[in-house]
Amino acid sequence: MKKWTVFDIGLTLFMIFVLVITLYPFLNILAVSLNDAVDTARGGIHIWPREFTIANYQEIFGSNDLLFQAFIMSIIRTVVGTITGIIASTMLAYTLSRRDFVLNGFVGLLLVLTMFISGGLIPDYMLIRSLGLINDFSVYILPMLLTAFNVIVIRSFMDNLPVALEESAKIDGANDFVIFSKIIIPLCMPVIATIALFLAVAQWNSWFDTYLYARGNEALTTLQFELMKILDNASLSSGDINSQNAEVIAGQTNPQSIKMAITIIATVPILLVYPFLQKYFVTGLTLGAVKS
Amino acid sequence: MSRENNATSAQPNLPEPPPPVERQIRIGTDLLKKKRHSKDPKGKGFWKRASKQKALLLMSLPFVIWLVVFKYIPIGGWLMAFQDFKPQFGFFEQEWVGWKHFKDLFNEPMFYTALENTLGMGILGLVFGTASAIIFALLLNELRFHALKKWTQTISYLPHFVSWVIVANIVITMLSQDGAINNILVSLGLIDQPINFMARPDMFWGIVTLSDVWKETGWNAIIYLAAMAGVDPQLYEAAKVDGASRLRQMWHITLPSIRSVIIVLLILNIGNLINIGFEKQMLLGNNIVMEKALVIDLYALDYGIGMFRYSFGTAIGIFKSVISVILILICNSVAKRIGEGRVF
Repeated sequence: MKKWTVFDIGLTLFMIFVLVITLYPFLNILAVSLNDAVDTARGGIHIWPREFTIANYQEIFGSNDLLFQAFIMSIIRTVVGTITGIIASTMLAYTLSRRDFVLNGFVGLLLVLTMFISGGLIPDYMLIRSLGLINDFSVYILPMLLTAFNVIVIRSFMDNLPVALEESAKIDGANDFVIFSKIIIPLCMPVIATIALFLAVAQWNSWFDTYLYARGNEALTTLQFELMKILDNASLSSGDINSQNAEVIAGQTNPQSIKMAITIIATVPILLVYPFLQKYFVTGLTLGAVKS
Repeated sequence: MSRENNATSAQPNLPEPPPPVERQIRIGTDLLKKKRHSKDPKGKGFWKRASKQKALLLMSLPFVIWLVVFKYIPIGGWLMAFQDFKPQFGFFEQEWVGWKHFKDLFNEPMFYTALENTLGMGILGLVFGTASAIIFALLLNELRFHALKKWTQTISYLPHFVSWVIVANIVITMLSQDGAINNILVSLGLIDQPINFMARPDMFWGIVTLSDVWKETGWNAIIYLAAMAGVDPQLYEAAKVDGASRLRQMWHITLPSIRSVIIVLLILNIGNLINIGFEKQMLLGNNIVMEKALVIDLYALDYGIGMFRYSFGTAIGIFKSVISVILILICNSVAKRIGEGRVF
């Protein structure tokens, strides 16, 4: 063991400081979400609840139908969006990894160009409108089906797979679809895990499509959008919890505490998933980052 | 059959250790040229080959249609900017007005405010985002305490994965008048009265930049750390023999070794200077700070969709795309000139 210098000690302290400023906000919000709403208004909650309660979570999962529905919708869109996205990106990536494919150059160009030019907000909106996707569940799935970045990451992974397997399968008379589903997909699991994480996070975190395309249909609301609405209502007055609290002082909960509970519910699934996929996405990212 | 099994076991234990980042970048940029299966011998006709690839054609067809509909039709929608688009009529029944909306745009003072805010926050984000990621990667790379290194790295990714809605919520909570930041500042005696940060237009750019640094530093450091992992350890040994301190090693060995990665990323980010989006500004902004929060995309959203001026909104989008393409081309040629190789 080498001797620790002043430099090492300073560095260690600095990193602990980085940990604290990264984690403190989350711990603070967790504490507030588990604290009695009226008591929270007195201030002074740091990382430990003073008057422990789960009333804020009960409100979301029990008495408030809208928030519960939003929670379910967030899960549905994440699951459906991730599965369809994975199927679409791997399939397209496979056809692009096949250099002998007649349309390889054409489709590849069509895909890569989308990284440099896009129609922009208004033309996209007009398209969604004229396709009749407004206030329809498919507006969460169809526009997010493919991203060039994901397809390219999967394809560069496929490029490094040994060709021998595929060729012997071909000699046995397997068609391309069988090769794709029986040979390529199982070999691609590490990269699929990475892309699934990216897709799931994008779906789970998305709020703007609800805001722009699905505001009119309450059944389609999501947790992120509900949180955004609370934020929007309170973005200025959130400075003084007391003034907000005055309106709901009689109740057990208030928007501030509910907001914190939603934040925790929206963060926990991510927290449960990403650390375990870390080694995969780090490799995937360094491979494709520059292309983005 | 045994050959197949061999191939399976010879399959590298995935994920394989990443090659040096410079090479990876080359892999990334050479994708269109790289070959896995060689083409069939020349002379075979297109149709003959195509008829043997029905499955491949069927597999790509839905996505070609998807790309055309969701990516290329909106680009065709740019023509709207030269019309007076009214939704009750069809696309081809619109009145054509030439450059009218662009002229309106350039005569609108609000547009210049939006441009200034976009570039201002774009440049701040670029400078502080890049610097913080490099510094964080440098320091993490030097950290001796390995358990802490692992934990810090994992936890530093967390803010990247949560949405801007959540981050905005966190920022507004922390900066509120009875929030943590004000409490610390007051108890340190730096200020007498809590500051209402979110209602201060002069602080808005700074708040957005710092929020961005908080959210993305750990994530952006990944690629620099990968580059640092590829530095030859002998260089450090030699420097130690020469008596170079750790700081000097960081400055004279680590930084120069990742120079090309820094430059390539910088160039790509400059190309995206104007594409900073609107999420942060929309979620953190409010009416009081709007003069500093209004960015081009928000402007397009407010006018284009909010006020049903579709054609005008499209013109704003086109302007943005043109600037972005110009920036990318400039950066690309600068990269070529300083000998870092074209980015694409």
